[in-house]
Amino acid sequence: MAGPNAVLQPALSRPRRARGRLFALVRFVVMLATTLLGLLAMTFFIGRVIPVDPVLAVVGDRASAQVVERTRIEMGLDRPLIEQFGIYVARVAQGELGQSVLTSRPVLDDIFRVFPATLELATYGTLIGVLFGVPLGVMAAVRRGGLIDQLVRVVGLLGYSIPIFWLGLLALLLFYAKLGWVSGPGRIDVVFEYTFTPLTGIYSLDALLRGDWSAFANIVSHLALPSALLGYFSLAYISRMTRSFMLHELSQEYIVAARAKGLPERTIIWRHALRNAAVPLVTVIALSYAGLLEGSVLTETVFSWPGLGLYITNALANADMNAVLGGTVVIGAIFIGLNLLSDLLYRTLDPRTRRR
Amino acid sequence: MNEHATPALANSTAQVPRSRGQARLRRYKELWSSFSSNRLALVGLSIILALIAIALLADLIAPYSPTTGGLGQRLLPPSTAHWLGTDDQGRDILSRLIHGARPTLMVVSLVMILAAPVGLLVGTVAGYAGGWVDAVLMRITDIFLAFPKLILALAFVAALGPGIQNAVIAIAITSWPPYARIARAETLSVRDCDYVAAVRLMGASPLRIVLRHVMPLCLASLIVRVTLDMAGIILTAAGLGFLGLGAQPPMAEWGAMIASGRRFILDQWWVAAAPGVAILIVSLGFNLLGDGLRDALDPRGERE
Amino acid sequence: MTPLLEVQNLSVRYPSRRGLITAVRDVSFTLGRERLGIVGESGSGKSQTGRAIMGLTPPQARIEAKRLRFDGIDLLQAAASDRRKLRGARMAMVMQDPKYSLNPVARIGQQIVEALHAQRRISRAEAKRRALGMLEAVSIRDPQRVFDLYPHEVSGGMGQRAMIAMMLVNQPELLIADEPTSALDVTVQLEVLRVIDDLVTQRGMGLVLISHDLRLVASFCDRVLVMYAGQVVETLDSARLDKARHPYTLGLLDCVPQLDRPRHPLPTLERRAEWLQ
Repeated sequence: MAGPNAVLQPALSRPRRARGRLFALVRFVVMLATTLLGLLAMTFFIGRVIPVDPVLAVVGDRASAQVVERTRIEMGLDRPLIEQFGIYVARVAQGELGQSVLTSRPVLDDIFRVFPATLELATYGTLIGVLFGVPLGVMAAVRRGGLIDQLVRVVGLLGYSIPIFWLGLLALLLFYAKLGWVSGPGRIDVVFEYTFTPLTGIYSLDALLRGDWSAFANIVSHLALPSALLGYFSLAYISRMTRSFMLHELSQEYIVAARAKGLPERTIIWRHALRNAAVPLVTVIALSYAGLLEGSVLTETVFSWPGLGLYITNALANADMNAVLGGTVVIGAIFIGLNLLSDLLYRTLDPRTRRR
Repeated sequence: MNEHATPALANSTAQVPRSRGQARLRRYKELWSSFSSNRLALVGLSIILALIAIALLADLIAPYSPTTGGLGQRLLPPSTAHWLGTDDQGRDILSRLIHGARPTLMVVSLVMILAAPVGLLVGTVAGYAGGWVDAVLMRITDIFLAFPKLILALAFVAALGPGIQNAVIAIAITSWPPYARIARAETLSVRDCDYVAAVRLMGASPLRIVLRHVMPLCLASLIVRVTLDMAGIILTAAGLGFLGLGAQPPMAEWGAMIASGRRFILDQWWVAAAPGVAILIVSLGFNLLGDGLRDALDPRGERE
Repeated sequence: MTPLLEVQNLSVRYPSRRGLITAVRDVSFTLGRERLGIVGESGSGKSQTGRAIMGLTPPQARIEAKRLRFDGIDLLQAAASDRRKLRGARMAMVMQDPKYSLNPVARIGQQIVEALHAQRRISRAEAKRRALGMLEAVSIRDPQRVFDLYPHEVSGGMGQRAMIAMMLVNQPELLIADEPTSALDVTVQLEVLRVIDDLVTQRGMGLVLISHDLRLVASFCDRVLVMYAGQVVETLDSARLDKARHPYTLGLLDCVPQLDRPRHPLPTLERRAEWLQ
């Protein structure tokens, strides 16, 4: 840290830096481990403790007596609760999330199959949110009280107040049913079902990789509405936060100093202030991305988008508890991962936290 | 706390208050004058007051029964008899909207009653005690904070069974952590103040200090945050209702009404549109009220 | 020959809910290639005077003056872009605390290079060479290393030298130093002032040194303006502090403790409304 002995620093800093890094790593691992364990404790509680008969919740009420008995032993229900939790954690750690009653396949396989659809939607939504939200927020802060500032305020207020599934329904009604500008529910028209084979599961990417332009156009027209919708909510959040971070940065003394040395205003705003605002902004963007992944349960239901959200809601409707809890664990883990990732990014973006 | 005594107010109320009650009264007056100068905040407040009135008087105001309709009156467009039309079971949509104010208000107030005190307690205890108590409590808080709220609420309701009480529990379980964070931050900022030291020297127990001298100071920021969260709670509850996990039929609930109107969206769009507008207006009301309260009570904090 | 800086009846006002608040009122002085001190308590308007000359007051500020000229250029009439071209190139400002006035996420060298690039088209290597030279000129022993450091990695004294280097790298003719040593340890205050002093002398610049420390300012400047509540209450020749007349100035001089005799009770600064005409 700064002090009169700063001259001595190069001699001291290397071992100290290494120890600092080790400490940060240990801290990160402990945080990741405890948070994941907490998540599993939660899903364990939901799956095993709350239901009157956890077996029934897992295999469904039409299962035979043998199946019920076998599952009871498999789940270790005859043992103490803490031991059951241990078994549960060990199984999840091996990627063992149980069988889905609905698809009679391992839940993890199902999730791998449907997840790319969710990822595609959330990614486009976040891209829209960042590409429009950040510049809007910056301009709102620069011209405080101006037209764009008012716009950001209204957009933000509505974004925090509109039920997303309702807006989705109305958007489908208007742009698909009435105007016919975009394609309706689903990811791709049935016509392409036989000619188009996905590679990665991210359809827009797959169509490009295969050079299938007619499929690509169709995929984009399916993507347009749901990703614009998610983009709007992401934009509402990101622009509002960008505005408030920028207002804070623009009031700092280093901005006055940058003006005093004659830098053009454009450079001051975009290179100095935004570069500083970017530090907390990264967290906001990661959180909004995580929020879109989680919010997929509602959007995907409205747009019949065959992703993780729709998978979970279908499982819910059919009391397929393994699938519900498996989906919860996966989304929860991704959510936690993004949270911690934003924490790491924060550290790399801000030189002040880097060497301590 | 820098909200008391802006020079203008100090001039208008120049004398020193004579009693605690008088001081409190004066402070409320100041708050009100700062809050009511914000027109949008007043709009928000009126929306919420209207919601409460409608929920209380639903039986008197609603022109028809919310649960029974005539089969001959299915899916009627808006008319003078049915201002917002009727749904697929011939029920008057306006009456259902009016009765739908009840579960909405119930969810919001129950979540608030459950989650805010828990967060307040955890935060103040962690902040005041410090040390390992703080470390453990905050780790737990952070763990809960890192959970996906909506998905976890879904899983909870899936296990507990659909229903409005279970939806409330599920939402409350995931909404206390931010309050704990806020309460802890406020506690840390007052813990080492001289007046707390004075109370401690007079022999007050830690419990008494936390209850009487720390918690009241956390309330302002907490109320702001809770109000701003209300809109989110309403949206989550409506989402659960939309997925069929909230209030069960035939109870009128706005999210569930959108779900049932979804099937007729192409030809009878008003069935799904009306409850969405109701949700939008109420969430907007809470957001405007929250923004206004924040500006009046807590001029420093920007929304997180 | 036109003076470097002419200020006549400068006032700075801010709109507020209860009308205009005056931060600076009717300040006048003329500056050649000399050293002028401005002294006063916090809130006396001395910093606002400096920022008004630089054109760095916030947009809502209202600046009025009978005359505000830099080397014959009317600053009040000048377009915003022309004033920007003056800043850094011909007039510069050193601010109070390098912890806040240097951009925390940019390396020190980069911030100096950027100041160079803002004024002239030179190659990157040339800019770096000049920046290193400038760091050396402010008596930084290991310029190469400091060039690559972030502001939080250097001490306050070092940070302030870097700040001076950044502001003087384009060889401006006027430097406004706004409390350049108040945030520093006492031990390095004099060193930093000496750096400023040397550069100002070498380059024949005009200096406005703003401070709350009357004796310190007097030892570095030729003349001292004493400000109180936005007004200049007295102008002094620094060789003749003992000739000070105004009770406020006398108060400022008197509030310094002396080692050779006990002061009980410590004197407090007297402030009177009638000092403002």
